[in-house]
Amino acid sequence: MTTTLPLPAAGEVARARPRRRVRIRGIAGFLFTLPALGLLLVFLVTPFVLAIGLSFTNQRLASPIPLRWEGFSNYADTLEDPGFWKAFFNNVWFAAVVVPLQTGLALLLAVLVNQQLRAIRVFRAIYFTPVVMIMAVSATIWVLIYSPDRGMANAFLRAVSFGALESDWLDSTTMALPAVMIMSIWQGVGFQMIIILAGLQEIPAELYEASAIDGASRWQQFRHVTLPMLRNTLIFVVTVTSILAFRLFDQIWVMTQGEPLGNTSTMMFEMVQVGFERQQIARGSAIAVIFFLIVLAVTVVQRALLKEERY
Amino acid sequence: MAAIDETHSGVRRHRLTAYLVLIALAVFFLFPVAFMVSGAFKPDDEVLADADSLGAFVPSDVTTENFRDAFDRASFGRLFVNSTIVAVFVVGFGMIVNSLAGYGLARLPFRGSRLLVLAVVALTIIPLEAVAIPLLFIVSELGWRDTYHVQILPFIANPLFIYLFYTFFLGVPKELEEAARIDGAGPWTTFIRVVVPQARPAYATVGVLSFLFIWGQLLWPVLVTSSTDVRPLPLGLSIFVAQPPISWGDIMAFALMMTAPLLVVFIIFQRWFVRSVARSGLKG
Repeated sequence: MTTTLPLPAAGEVARARPRRRVRIRGIAGFLFTLPALGLLLVFLVTPFVLAIGLSFTNQRLASPIPLRWEGFSNYADTLEDPGFWKAFFNNVWFAAVVVPLQTGLALLLAVLVNQQLRAIRVFRAIYFTPVVMIMAVSATIWVLIYSPDRGMANAFLRAVSFGALESDWLDSTTMALPAVMIMSIWQGVGFQMIIILAGLQEIPAELYEASAIDGASRWQQFRHVTLPMLRNTLIFVVTVTSILAFRLFDQIWVMTQGEPLGNTSTMMFEMVQVGFERQQIARGSAIAVIFFLIVLAVTVVQRALLKEERY
Repeated sequence: MAAIDETHSGVRRHRLTAYLVLIALAVFFLFPVAFMVSGAFKPDDEVLADADSLGAFVPSDVTTENFRDAFDRASFGRLFVNSTIVAVFVVGFGMIVNSLAGYGLARLPFRGSRLLVLAVVALTIIPLEAVAIPLLFIVSELGWRDTYHVQILPFIANPLFIYLFYTFFLGVPKELEEAARIDGAGPWTTFIRVVVPQARPAYATVGVLSFLFIWGQLLWPVLVTSSTDVRPLPLGLSIFVAQPPISWGDIMAFALMMTAPLLVVFIIFQRWFVRSVARSGLKG
């Protein structure tokens, strides 16, 4: 409308214009995506490929030693290192406890705040508040809560058990990781709750009405309507939580630094120790590759479960 | 009559139990927050002394000295500026770059664009942690360590956000864009005038999620920052906690000041936060 180009013959317009438009739009599309693609290529794809490549070398951070091909020795060293296995099993143990517990609690919270009650939005917001508290902040506050002699955690335990129970929490070889687990659930469960709540609200009300007419109890409705309808949402939540369990770092860095005796060390903490503190880029990259394979495996399982649902 | 009364009291009893459970859970989720707020206003020695009693939640001798100490002892002001600079650039540029890419892939197809969508989806699987060490190597070689841009550039483009925008734009009706095109508007004008105003919910989602992520990030700053000049708040806090003499009042004041902007924004834009998180889960 605003163009003042010389007018071509009518037939020409019909044939040439759309094609040119398509081409211009195609070029525009490419230009629109270019900045993002360039950045992803430099800051995600390149280091990812480099992680695999470097894991087979002797590369160190800022070192004059010439680069050498080392084959699988970084992987062999990593897999022979008891510190790595301890960290790996801490992640597995963390996932085994936190994934079911946090998902279950998130489901319970979602059902609770999905009720038609006055001020229910306030409770939703309250349960979500720890998510807004940065992990480093949450972890710091909980360090004080877990303080063995003056902490609130022990005060509470003593009160409910009439003085029988208490723990050294972060100083204890057995209780340090569970202490981190409790804190992590407290911090993260609100996020999962909101995702499940969104899933709950997608379930058509007719399903509940129909089952109520059939005389289903509330528990039967939950078992046979809610849970099957939430299947995909729950698979998503379980996947995300499992991957988070293997990414565990912030809490460990702030609360324990892997202590006592490596009992709270994790793969990511180990990777930072090796690749950064000890400057062994190559071996750190090997840990990163192993970590990625775990994440990939979890994702593949998720995709398979989701596909099953569609057929 | 009797039956009706019974159901009435049954409903009331059910509602009462529901509220009791809800309140008990609220206490569990809020007590550390309350502990932080009251601790920030207490003299140092009292924070620890009161920590095992209900006094922990009551600021007794209210003081603002902790806040001054957090500025003096932990350079809170500087760290706050650092975090703000990094967050503003990451969130701002991120919204621009990722929405452009999402729109290009959804609405302006070109050769290979379908393949690129698949590539973007594949890239969402790679967590930052998997590339952190080689990326540390790259930025060290470039001499980028201990700068602002090393904390900004890697986090602008984000495959998950591109995908969020992509699916959002696919779901928007095309009519308005086509009308603009018939009026002679090019792709760029159409994007700015027609698409962006429609996409506010998507921008809000991405803005909230990327701000939460960048404001709290710890691993990457641990690897690449070493001075107070560029260090962000979470790392500053973790260093301050370990730096003697440990003074819990100062630490709580630091923690409160670092969280307060988020808490205020959260209370005001609560619905956006909740919707953003809900939307992030609806992709599976």
